[in-house]
Amino acid sequence: MKAIDYRIERASDVAGAVEALQADPFAKPIAGGQSLGAMLNLRLAQPECVIDIVGLDALKGLRIESDEMVIGPLVTHARLEDGRYDDATGGMLAHVAAGIAYRAVRNSGTIGGSICHADPAADWIAATAALGATFDIQGPDGTRQVAARDFMTSAFETTLAEADVLTAIRVPALGDTARWSYRKFCRKTGEFALAIVSGVVDGQTGIERLVFSALDGAPVVIERAGLFDELAEPDARQVLLDDDALSISGHRRALHAGLLADVIADIRGTA
Amino acid sequence: MSAHLEFPESHTVTFRLHVNGEEREVSAEPRTHLADVLREHCGLTATHLGCEQGVCGACTVEIDGVPQRSCLQSATRFEGREIRTLEAFENDPLGAALRRAFSEEHALQCGYCTPGMLITARDIVQRLPQADEARIREELAGNLCRCTGYRGIVRAIQRVLETYPHESSDGR
Repeated sequence: MKAIDYRIERASDVAGAVEALQADPFAKPIAGGQSLGAMLNLRLAQPECVIDIVGLDALKGLRIESDEMVIGPLVTHARLEDGRYDDATGGMLAHVAAGIAYRAVRNSGTIGGSICHADPAADWIAATAALGATFDIQGPDGTRQVAARDFMTSAFETTLAEADVLTAIRVPALGDTARWSYRKFCRKTGEFALAIVSGVVDGQTGIERLVFSALDGAPVVIERAGLFDELAEPDARQVLLDDDALSISGHRRALHAGLLADVIADIRGTA
Repeated sequence: MSAHLEFPESHTVTFRLHVNGEEREVSAEPRTHLADVLREHCGLTATHLGCEQGVCGACTVEIDGVPQRSCLQSATRFEGREIRTLEAFENDPLGAALRRAFSEEHALQCGYCTPGMLITARDIVQRLPQADEARIREELAGNLCRCTGYRGIVRAIQRVLETYPHESSDGR
């Protein structure tokens, strides 16, 4: 199918993008276009105006700043996959990126676009929550920060207001002894996942974090000391999976249970 | 007797694209995606459209030297980018090697997916010279073929990987 007749405005800077979004409540920002492009063609999205932010240099590039990685939202999945940058996540970013869709999509699709699109089955929403990332957001009233775990509110819904633009993804550096695991189940390589489980343990900061994603809405983050020792026991895993906060039913519960066992094994080094 | 058809007003914009080494001026609506502009406005019909939602891979073209979907973005967004469609690889040695291998290994039947397959195959050969069968299959997940069952396609790419002289890559 073809998209509805919309116009494109090219933003010259972030403030200009915010202004353009504020001026037209039916405008949508576009970055790599790999999600919105499909939504447009399917007419699931019918904006009057699309604000093109893909040329904004301020939203590109990635660097390490003291104890965190600062990733521009326009960094493509392919760039993260190829790993030719200073990494502070022990390869987790590259691993997650490599599993997203297909190379032709990864060459254009961006980490920020994927986060803002907030598909429950997409990868960066889950991975950034697992890494304890923080997002910088610029809107009409200035800038603010939101924790990745609080960003998504439900399927395709986030705390972004209509004229807000994601300007940076801040990922805390993992310690040398940190361990991470990111597991997902897709029926076919590159498809949206039916289940995602990810874990991050960092002895230096004492963080033990587990994320369930590809749920009906936002990912569920569980964070407490001793979590992974506790979950070595299959009974404890059952209790966790039965928790109302997760509310995974049917065959997807079985998929999450299987991935959880894999993640525990990865983290504990018993795989 | 003639029927009078009324079409809604269209808002075309004029922009320039660099396609297969040539500068082209195109007038199209902003919503027109690159694949439609290549086919309908540039007469380059090697690029095929299957799903128009980024899944089937038939529309894959090269943008600045790497494969991308041409169905997912407005053609206006490709101003200033180097666009290469399958037509650009007629006299390209790697393109020729891939076409020969596809023919000899029966890597196509109806041919609808083939343009996208050849662009992806090119990327695999250049980016992943060490790819084994499993990796080739993984990389081909973004290109659907409903005739061959993929065996011939995988064999053709394997053959080119074995026989095509690789220029020194960056060691990956």
